[in-house]
Amino acid sequence: MEQPFRLKAGGRIDRTRPLRFVFDGKGYSGYAGDTLASALIANGVHLVGRSFKYHRPRGILSAGAEEPNALVQLGLEPRLVPNARATQVDLIHGLEADPVNCWPNVRRDVLAGLGLAAPLMPAGFYYKTFLASRHLWRHVFEPLIRRAAGWGRVPEDPDPDVYTHRHLHRDVVVVGAGPAGLAAALAAARTGARVALIDEGTEPGGSLLGQTRTLDGHPADQWVAEGREELSHLPEVLVLTRTTAAGLYDDGTTVVAEERLTDHLTSHGGHGPRARLWWLTSKTVILATGAHERPIVFPENDRPGIMLASAARTYALRYGALPGKRMVLFTTNSAAYESAIDLQSRGLRVEAIVDARPDPSGPHVDMAEALGIHIHKGCAVTATDGRHHLESVEIMLLSPDLRTVQAPRKLIECDLLCVSGGWSPVAHLYRHAGGQVEWNAEVRGFTPVPGPGLPRVVGSAAGTHALSQALERALTAGAEAAREAGFGDGSASSAPRVTETDALDGMDLWRVSDQPGDGGRAIGRPGHLSFVDLQNDATAADIDQAHREGLTNVEHMKRYTLTGFGTDQGKTSQVNGAVILARAVGEGPEAARLTAQRPPYTPITFGTLAGRRVGGLLDTVRETALQDIHRDLGKNGGAVFEPVGQWLRPRFYPKAGETMDRAVARECRAARQEAGLLDASTLGKIDAQGPDVVEFLERIYATPVASLPIGKVRYGLVCKDDGMLVDDGTLARLEETHFHLTTTTGNAAWTLNWMEEWLQTEWPDLRVRLTSVTEQWAVLALSGPKAREILAPLAPGMDLSVEAFPFMTWRAGAVAGIPARVFRVSFTGELSFEINVPWRYGPALWKALLAKGAPLGLTPHGTETMHVLRAEKGFILVGQETDGSVTPRDLGLGGMLKTKRDFIGKRGMARSDLQRPDRKVLVGLRTDDPAQVLPEGSPIVEAMSSARPLPMLGHVTSSYLSPMVGRVIALALVKGGRERLGQTLQVPLEDGDLAKVTVVEPVFWDPEGKRRDG
Amino acid sequence: MERIPCPHCGPRPLAEFSYGGEVVPRPDPEPADDATWGAYLYVRSNPKGPQSERWVHIHGCRRWFTLTRDTATHRILDTPLRKEEA
Ligand SMILES: [Zn+2]
Repeated sequence: MEQPFRLKAGGRIDRTRPLRFVFDGKGYSGYAGDTLASALIANGVHLVGRSFKYHRPRGILSAGAEEPNALVQLGLEPRLVPNARATQVDLIHGLEADPVNCWPNVRRDVLAGLGLAAPLMPAGFYYKTFLASRHLWRHVFEPLIRRAAGWGRVPEDPDPDVYTHRHLHRDVVVVGAGPAGLAAALAAARTGARVALIDEGTEPGGSLLGQTRTLDGHPADQWVAEGREELSHLPEVLVLTRTTAAGLYDDGTTVVAEERLTDHLTSHGGHGPRARLWWLTSKTVILATGAHERPIVFPENDRPGIMLASAARTYALRYGALPGKRMVLFTTNSAAYESAIDLQSRGLRVEAIVDARPDPSGPHVDMAEALGIHIHKGCAVTATDGRHHLESVEIMLLSPDLRTVQAPRKLIECDLLCVSGGWSPVAHLYRHAGGQVEWNAEVRGFTPVPGPGLPRVVGSAAGTHALSQALERALTAGAEAAREAGFGDGSASSAPRVTETDALDGMDLWRVSDQPGDGGRAIGRPGHLSFVDLQNDATAADIDQAHREGLTNVEHMKRYTLTGFGTDQGKTSQVNGAVILARAVGEGPEAARLTAQRPPYTPITFGTLAGRRVGGLLDTVRETALQDIHRDLGKNGGAVFEPVGQWLRPRFYPKAGETMDRAVARECRAARQEAGLLDASTLGKIDAQGPDVVEFLERIYATPVASLPIGKVRYGLVCKDDGMLVDDGTLARLEETHFHLTTTTGNAAWTLNWMEEWLQTEWPDLRVRLTSVTEQWAVLALSGPKAREILAPLAPGMDLSVEAFPFMTWRAGAVAGIPARVFRVSFTGELSFEINVPWRYGPALWKALLAKGAPLGLTPHGTETMHVLRAEKGFILVGQETDGSVTPRDLGLGGMLKTKRDFIGKRGMARSDLQRPDRKVLVGLRTDDPAQVLPEGSPIVEAMSSARPLPMLGHVTSSYLSPMVGRVIALALVKGGRERLGQTLQVPLEDGDLAKVTVVEPVFWDPEGKRRDG
Repeated sequence: MERIPCPHCGPRPLAEFSYGGEVVPRPDPEPADDATWGAYLYVRSNPKGPQSERWVHIHGCRRWFTLTRDTATHRILDTPLRKEEA
């Protein structure tokens, strides 16, 4: 029979729209409006998974976000979704779901059959095993446990879906659209405030969607419908369903929520983004996040067929699906009686109510008695039985101190055990915002402690159990929040009259003893596991063990027993676990502390968090004006690029079939023998001017500035206040109070910002303006013995002779008819002109230079050749030869430093430790094997020995095969390196070999500097 | 997103700003001994509570300013304008 547990009528499902679905390989049908859980229950399927550690059969416990057991695997590659909560998965046609944690299927689980799982993993297993033997853990236990434990499969392929983010500002954000949230949103929205109301469900209404209460004499869902209708007519109101508030951030002002847009609307991908991450920034936030019913910890409390009382009622009333035929209610409070009575009215037979209280009272208790339901007072369920589904429960009398149970015992046959151990307010978001919770003896739960600047909390999240009171307070909170945001006068309309349930009126029963006073048992097996955390298979006995081993802090206990970990983050176990620990210590629940709660409230897919920032949109890519030229150059698809900071720079330009080594060798030779052309536009460039610019630059640069004449260029070093080199570049004096500065490509933005910081915070009296002109000037570096010959015909108005245009000067003039600034600086050691033209003229200049130069051998080269050329000359590269712990003196640049006046870094580099003679300093290395390129970062040692740690003398900073020198060259930082010139040292290589190296001067090409003038 | 009250532009989203750390007075370099200079370079008070710290509206007006923030709650207690800007 199809859906044997489905009621003929009632519920919010559409019986005209049947949907087929597959669970654990078997076909079923449900209706539109079902969740996967409600459809399974309608089909009588309760066994939905195996537990993590013991592989015990598990059923559906709840009807919402708190579900620890009913985790399913959804979809097909590449849209696999692991660990979805069946209680929150909307049923769709063609849905295919599988349980997790079992193999080959849920009824025949191999590990459970072998009884393998349990003995492997006592509490504290991970820590003890890991500490005992890293090897054993890594190679034996971890792979075994991971394979057996399951917990879902993630997709292997790239995510094909699109995700998006949206930021929105609101006056009032209300989280949760149950009765309290809806009331608060209505009250706030009526003032004209911009309101957002968000809810994780498919429709607003929350608990009212599965109740029999009336509001103002009408069914509850009518009040919900009217409220939705009213909100829909208010233009400033946004109602988001299928949207889960993941966290509350930023001083409690920003709700971050995931909206499932096309996610899971069909069994294949939908049109448009799959999910959207909302950043709802609001003047005021109201939390109406409800409460979760608490399970009770008793022996064998984990069988399929054991369900939270409110969840059983929700399945019957909201979904028209009966979770059983004969039920027992085990409760500690009167409120749960309403569930039993509602279930009985829908055709379930209530075999008994087991109430832990010796003398329960209240209207619903009387009603239950009037219905002829047998109430076992002062009793507890002490064991359960049934292989794949509950078949019977055993009850016994509780001792007056509740610590033990005693005869008489009674066996009751049933297929559903509803439990209610009270209610735990959902205060996750409140705690994200820094709010505290404390034990509230009246509510018997941890409720938010109000505080300044914290969100308002209403409804059962605040511990307000009575519906009339919740509605009244929510209306006031909504009006107050709006007034605080500048709307309305704070007055709210009166709350609807409601039929009320019984007061919570509960008692604390944290744990039913698993040691019956008389020793014997009617049913059940040895072990008598009383589960606290169903998802992690953590038991009360595990908490006892944690306590015995001294772990009395709840955060330690959590990590030791795993209570509160997992995809549900302990929504049904946190309070029970914390109080059981407190009781073990000898305290009451008021002394219990809850573990920290962190976002997200329920798991979010990484795709949603990443949003559009994937692939090419992950980060900015900066390109010079010549990028198209670089791409087209050569016959082999253009340049090979490499990222340098955010820039994409040509690394080398291979000709057809050319390897990188050959291309670089060809480029290097051309630059040394004829001429090379480099796109150096990425150099950081700063225009500095103002009456006090000289004083400013003197303070910033470690090298002299004031003595630089107009028309000249100087190499400059920039240190931080610790004396370490952070950047280098050139300073060109354009006018008396106007400089053109260059920085390294990678540090351009940092250096400008750092200069601004000094200017604005320490020296606001200096009249200086700094402007980035990096992307205003395209720079082409023309370098090589034929540079002058190539440039001369293009710059007829410029005398390029050594006398008229000497090294380290700059000239303005036209190059190829383009207004240009030409700098005679050299990063290669060859005669070199760095030609700056307005950015958009970069391509024109490049073409003009190559048109003239190519016949003379002018060859474009990339960064790799630039590195080789500068290393041949021993020119340092900031970030390669430096790492934030290297001073100019360490690099042999001490002679350039100012000696008299102060500058940033002067005091820092005078510190005693920086004067040590054995500091690592820059040297060259000559490898014994002329072809042995040393990996950058390789350690350098005097000789291999058994000493541990092996004394390290330094490390290799750069190493290249130099085609001009005809062998490998290397730069290195070596302790007392200047005194070691000529010494032979050793470089251990990754493959266990040793490279012999000789310490040499760090200049391998043209040490006399004869080539720089051409 | 948390908003930072830029004294020049008004409240703007956090993403427009960069953090400059605790305000540490720079000692006069000449007389400062190594310990004093070392403390200036490396020692921060890292308080739980109000801290005077620097921010720059890097993707906005590019101005540096000082504000007082409670490091435990992230609440911003003041953003005084410098005297010459008031
Ligand atoms: Zn600003």
